[in-house]
Amino acid sequence: MTNLKFIFGRLAGAIPTLLVLICFAFFLVKSAPGGPFDFERSLPEEVEKNLREAYNLDDPLYLQLTKYVGSILTGDFGPSFQYRDYTVTELIMSGFPVSLRLGVAAIFLALILGGTIGTIAALNQNSRLDYSVMFFGMVGISIPNFVMAPLLVLIFSIALNILPAGGYANGAPLHMILPVVALALPQAAYIARLTRGSMIEVLNSNFVRTTRAQGLPLNTIIFKHVLKPTFLPVISYLGPATAAIITGSVVVEQIFGLPGLGRYFVQGALNRDYTLVMGVVIFYGLLIIGFNLIVDTVYGFIDPRIKHNR
Amino acid sequence: MNPTNSLASDAWSALSKNRAAWFSAMALTTMVLLVLLGPLVSPHEVDQTNWSKLAKPPSMDDGHIFGTDDLGRDLFVRTMYGGRISLMVGIVATLVSVLIGVSYGAISGFVGGKVDSIMMRIVDVLYAMPFLFFVILLMVFFGRSIFLIFVAIGAVNWLDIARIVRGQTLTIKGKEFVDAAKAGGVSTFRIIFRHIVPNLMGIVVVYVALTVPQVILVESFLSFLGLGVQEPMTSWGALVNQGARQMESSPWILLFPALFLAVTLFCFNFIGDGLRDALDPKDRTNINE
Repeated sequence: MTNLKFIFGRLAGAIPTLLVLICFAFFLVKSAPGGPFDFERSLPEEVEKNLREAYNLDDPLYLQLTKYVGSILTGDFGPSFQYRDYTVTELIMSGFPVSLRLGVAAIFLALILGGTIGTIAALNQNSRLDYSVMFFGMVGISIPNFVMAPLLVLIFSIALNILPAGGYANGAPLHMILPVVALALPQAAYIARLTRGSMIEVLNSNFVRTTRAQGLPLNTIIFKHVLKPTFLPVISYLGPATAAIITGSVVVEQIFGLPGLGRYFVQGALNRDYTLVMGVVIFYGLLIIGFNLIVDTVYGFIDPRIKHNR
Repeated sequence: MNPTNSLASDAWSALSKNRAAWFSAMALTTMVLLVLLGPLVSPHEVDQTNWSKLAKPPSMDDGHIFGTDDLGRDLFVRTMYGGRISLMVGIVATLVSVLIGVSYGAISGFVGGKVDSIMMRIVDVLYAMPFLFFVILLMVFFGRSIFLIFVAIGAVNWLDIARIVRGQTLTIKGKEFVDAAKAGGVSTFRIIFRHIVPNLMGIVVVYVALTVPQVILVESFLSFLGLGVQEPMTSWGALVNQGARQMESSPWILLFPALFLAVTLFCFNFIGDGLRDALDPKDRTNINE
């Protein structure tokens, strides 16, 4: 019962956040200098008048905003200014599956890689192995996606010539390897450091000492008692990690030429495609807020120490 | 127990034991000197094109120690100029965010009550925003000026600092010297900025060291996408972008700026980590042996 209440509470909290997000995007676009119809050659007056009418640009501001919020709630982000034959919703829906594939694969890779490395480092605390793992972890954190991606291409596509340098090829696994790795590595490095720190803390705690005193085998201690509390902070990091992966996917898609959401966003940004850019930002916002909500809820179920009594 | 130690000496003794942080600090100092002085020593100009030496690999003979780019410009000088911009953005935008974050957090924590809960609720709401995208929107709609980069990045990066500062303020405001100031009739504004904020400096220093690399990263991210610093100015992100487009034929155009960017971020992260271990009150147990 309390859990259900908690979920509803969080949902109620997410709604103002969403509204602020939408209003923010709306007013930012409205206050931007230069209209979407400012072409090199000016349009005939009647054409522009019709266009403005079609996009509700002559209504008072509050009416435009309420109309916009209303249409977003029904899943309609309006027509794209640049890709005249498509609505923003269609564009988002065509790009999202590609980004989703990329993002989900990257998160899983980051979790598995980072979790394993962090665990190994923690179990060999203060050894040479531990120090070198943590050193390379910091290197991984410090090399941004957009540097990592070209470097990977340079090594694996150009020098060794074993992996394709770009293109989607309908999601052929071979074409996804480099983008996923480039996207996952900084997060894997972060998760490794997080796991290591958390596990060392757990290993030093009293209940682990008790299990040791009872003479349980090391494997049992680690798998039955240590792993779960170790990964709690990692789970709560999944929210920020998703945000970082979404941001990273923008450049990674650009570098590898994947037809995902991030590419539409950058194209839209460079072409001043107002509706597309706003649509994608709001969609990203929805994703991040929604995912944070899921992580919070799951976290509450896993960690019995957290009581949802607010 | 060593209650007489000042913040600075605490930090100093902890940092001097941290070899990684020490090494990073020295590397970073070298980097700053190189970025500032390098272009003065080099015989080449940042925007001087040379059509007879397009995309020449690095060589000692003609003074192009990093080679040249596809327009025959000296890559060493360009990397140094890019570094100036990247570091400047990092520092200025961090100052903007510290200014906002410290004021916001200190006021929220000190005033307390309804004001505090409303102010922190706003921070919660803002936390869930995809901020980088807002910076991009700002850049798209209001032109890509360097001034806007400072303000935009600084204006979205203050949330962490505000939260931490608020927490610290809550503990500080119960101390006797604050009561004394109140009893002495000092105005709230003056108490916050003369009595509380100076006591927050330790934690602020840590977050400055951790924010600078984040900001540099955001700037290079924007410049990489072509939404940040514009020609003829350049930054490490813009140079990496340029290098990535021709890495097949001339990889050094990518490698040198990428190396400088990565090493800088690396050093800042290590120093930030070291400072956090030394100064963060949450980890006090670690250093007072």
